[in-house]
Amino acid sequence: MGSRSSHAAVIPDGDSIRRETGFSQASLLRLHHRFRALDRNKKGYLSRMDLQQIGALAVNPLGDRIIESFFPDGQRVDFPGFVRVLAHFRPVEDEDTETQDPKKPEPLNSRRNKLHYAFQLYDLDRDGKISRHEMLQVLRLMVGVQVTEEQLENIADRTVQEADEDGDGAVSFVEFTKSLEKMDVEQKMSIRILK
Amino acid sequence: MLRAALSLLALPLAGAAEEPTQKPESPGEPPPGLELFRWQWHEVEAPYLVALWILVASLAKIVFHLSRKVTSLVPESCLLILLGLVLGGIVLAVAKKAEYQLEPGTFFLFLLPPIVLDSGYFMPSRLFFDNLGAILTYAVVGTLWNAFTTGAALWGLQQAGLVAPRVQAGLLDFLLFGSLISAVDPVAVLAVFEEVHVNETLFIIVFGESLLNDAVTVVLYKVCNSFVEMGSANVQATDYLKGVAYLTAEMASLSAILAVTMCGLGCKKYVEANISHKSRTTVKYTMKTLASCAETVIFMLLGISAVDSSKWAWDSGLVLGTLIFILFFRALGVVLQTWVLNQFRLVPLDKIDQVVMSYGGLRGAVAFALVILLDRTKVPAKDYFVATTIVVVFFTVIVQGLTIKPLVKWLKVKRSEHHKPTLNQELHEHTFDHILAAVEDVVGHHGYHYWRDRWEQFDKKYLSQLLMRRSAYRIRDQIWDVYYRLNIRDAISFVDQGGHVLSSTGLTLPSMPSRNSVAETSVTNLLRESGSGACLDLQVIDTVRSGRDREDAVMHHLLCGGLYKPRRRYKASCSRHFISEDAQERQDKEVFQQNMKRRLESFKSTKHNICFTKSKPRPRKTGRRKKDGVANAEATNGKHRGLGFQDTAAVILTVESEEEEEESDSSETEKEDDEGIIFVARATSEVLQEGKVSGSLEVCPSPRIIPPSPTCAEKELPWKSGQGDLAVYVSSETTKIVPVDMQTGWNQSISSLESLASPPCNQAPILTCLPPHPRGTEEPQVPLHLPSDPRSSFAFPPSLAKAGRSRSESSADLPQQQELQPLMGHKDHTHLSPGTATSHWCIQFNRGSRL
Repeated sequence: MGSRSSHAAVIPDGDSIRRETGFSQASLLRLHHRFRALDRNKKGYLSRMDLQQIGALAVNPLGDRIIESFFPDGQRVDFPGFVRVLAHFRPVEDEDTETQDPKKPEPLNSRRNKLHYAFQLYDLDRDGKISRHEMLQVLRLMVGVQVTEEQLENIADRTVQEADEDGDGAVSFVEFTKSLEKMDVEQKMSIRILK
Repeated sequence: MLRAALSLLALPLAGAAEEPTQKPESPGEPPPGLELFRWQWHEVEAPYLVALWILVASLAKIVFHLSRKVTSLVPESCLLILLGLVLGGIVLAVAKKAEYQLEPGTFFLFLLPPIVLDSGYFMPSRLFFDNLGAILTYAVVGTLWNAFTTGAALWGLQQAGLVAPRVQAGLLDFLLFGSLISAVDPVAVLAVFEEVHVNETLFIIVFGESLLNDAVTVVLYKVCNSFVEMGSANVQATDYLKGVAYLTAEMASLSAILAVTMCGLGCKKYVEANISHKSRTTVKYTMKTLASCAETVIFMLLGISAVDSSKWAWDSGLVLGTLIFILFFRALGVVLQTWVLNQFRLVPLDKIDQVVMSYGGLRGAVAFALVILLDRTKVPAKDYFVATTIVVVFFTVIVQGLTIKPLVKWLKVKRSEHHKPTLNQELHEHTFDHILAAVEDVVGHHGYHYWRDRWEQFDKKYLSQLLMRRSAYRIRDQIWDVYYRLNIRDAISFVDQGGHVLSSTGLTLPSMPSRNSVAETSVTNLLRESGSGACLDLQVIDTVRSGRDREDAVMHHLLCGGLYKPRRRYKASCSRHFISEDAQERQDKEVFQQNMKRRLESFKSTKHNICFTKSKPRPRKTGRRKKDGVANAEATNGKHRGLGFQDTAAVILTVESEEEEEESDSSETEKEDDEGIIFVARATSEVLQEGKVSGSLEVCPSPRIIPPSPTCAEKELPWKSGQGDLAVYVSSETTKIVPVDMQTGWNQSISSLESLASPPCNQAPILTCLPPHPRGTEEPQVPLHLPSDPRSSFAFPPSLAKAGRSRSESSADLPQQQELQPLMGHKDHTHLSPGTATSHWCIQFNRGSRL
């Protein structure tokens, strides 16, 4: 393994990826290592199958959606794409907020982007809104079988209605953000090791 | 309330004990055969003392809370210690010797466990485990650090000659002392921090540390103590090794305190799921009361114990040195550990947090109990240690306890913010957890989220199945839980604000599917769900099966409850197990009567509605009969119109909902006056005529008697015209029969009630669907039948009603009805607060099942 990681020091476009995602060299190396471990046939990209191999993801209620989020377009994801998704979960550090350059695009791990990642897991049809139906689907995944369909529908109604401010019966991203404005999203959507 | 109950509890004991104390003097020589008065002090001594302590503690607490100003400035623990000092002083002055010490045995066996169990039980477990790393570090490493540095520094102080030579203690003695003085005390921390309201993370770290470090302290104390007892000369190098091994073993097997904490922490989820709502409240308050009492007694005894000067010996150098060292090393330890921890923590602890953490290191009764336990023969400096411990405890609890609040304010420590949970937050939080767990999987790092996910799955699969009741397990879902709590909250605010809330929170959702009974569904769902929680007995809810059947059942009960509620009073058994329900019922009745009064004032024109509802509760009044008459008259009006019988269902519903609404804002005293008479005045002639008829139980008078004139309500309120009078029809039937029945003991004869009720109904021109009605009358009394006949009987609300109406009505009325339908539905659910309706329903269910 040790020889491998030293070999992996040559990550294609390592610098540009780092600039974009803000990952440290060490994390990037670790992720690259993981990427190649997931890439079974050494084809240089990951397919859905590769991610579905991960055992624990299969039991995760949102596993499929999260796998899907790695493939925004097409059937494969290369290393930069892989890292870009994971960059959402980099903890927010002080220098991130300090060196905020208005010209530069928002870092991937900003609160907004973190929320947007979660949002698009709900928004299956990508119309920028979580409809009641979409909410219901998520609830169905998360709540499990103990609650009846009827109750689920009520919860979905209630949830949508709680966040829905303009009365269109769906939760837009703005409304989504607003409903979570009291939550410490930066903390809750970060993984410590992804510095 | 609790305090009152406690003191009540204490009184008989006190009385039993005091009685003999007065008597013995009076009988000079008791008759030999019959000994009337005996000195029984020894028999009651222990319970008497316990009761007395609790009584004093309760009184003290009450007195403290009389002055808000004092308690807001001074922590209760300080006041209690001061009180203890005063009491101890009095005892000392009277008895010439100090009594009632804080006995270590009592402390560890009786006083500490309730507090620890309580804190474990109410510990926010998620927060606790989120910060487990930090808590464990502070508890284990921090305590060890404090113990050794303090002990060593004191020894150094002695070597430097700053401690008087009469303090005979070696390094081991000081280490022993350091180990017992180093532990942050959960009781003191809890008492102070509960009033300070720092942010949750900070609180859980300090408090968690104080809970867990007791284990370390006690073990360390035992090790040091055994070393000291061996004598420092006899301690070999291998013994240290053994000591370390013992330490590890003891820590692995954990101390009793830790065990109790974990018990509380672990059992909470399953306990709460398995017991009913009522029992949950009981458990909660029992625990809180016990813990509060124990805490109060501990602090008071601490104060009292300090008075006993025979036990302690003063040495300024030692005392001052200890104070400075514990403060200094605590701060140093916190800073060092935080620095290390912050390398790993997602959210670093900032400087202010560290200051509060260092300053919040309060010592308390654990240290005191441990120092009392020392063996004087083995530890010659025990008296000095005792004195020092007392000073340290008093200093930390009083000085630091007093100043920490201003300090927190001054440093602008992030306070805890309380916001109500919203469904969105709950749902998204779960989503985030799942996302993070999944991302950890993808990254291939098995971190905290991974293991929590694992644990949750394990819990779901096995533990919950094993430990929870089936139904509880079903209900027990966090999202669901929030949803249902929200419902309850809405219901409460709805009631508080007089019923204008629900409409704004918008139960009418544009996004809701347009079933033919949209509004009604949501209402009944709300009812049912909040019912499941507010219900006193969860089992009751289980009898209600899922889906529409349940809704229908609820709706049905809603209807019937409005009609027959007051009568149930007569059925209520005198069993003492149902006390609260009876009270509830009485309350219902009062509210109900008020409502009627109000309603009469505001809705004078809508006579018939009032009439039927009003007449139920007071069967014996003559005015009632008159009302019946009027109702009857209206009823016949209705018959003239020839509307479908089932329309009434919808109307009754609205009537009921109005009641609900008014219930919410009625809070005045009961005034059961003859509103009915006032109201009747408008139609005197009919009343007189009809009164006789109804009195003789000829329930349905012939239509001829009454001129079919529309009432004011019909003119003014368009929606009343078609349905209102019909509602009266049904209701008049019931009201008329009920009282007579009641007088003859209606309890046994619900069926006879039906038989009385139905004939007149049958005479009505159009009564195509009679069965639902009599069923309706029957249901509330026999709710156990509920699951058996779900749909057939209660399926009448709007959908069916509409059908019946369209059948019977002329085509001209039809559009109007269709217009009305949404209006009605809307009204229904805006008015029906889940909470109010629920309370009725629970009672009904329970009553029914017990009968």
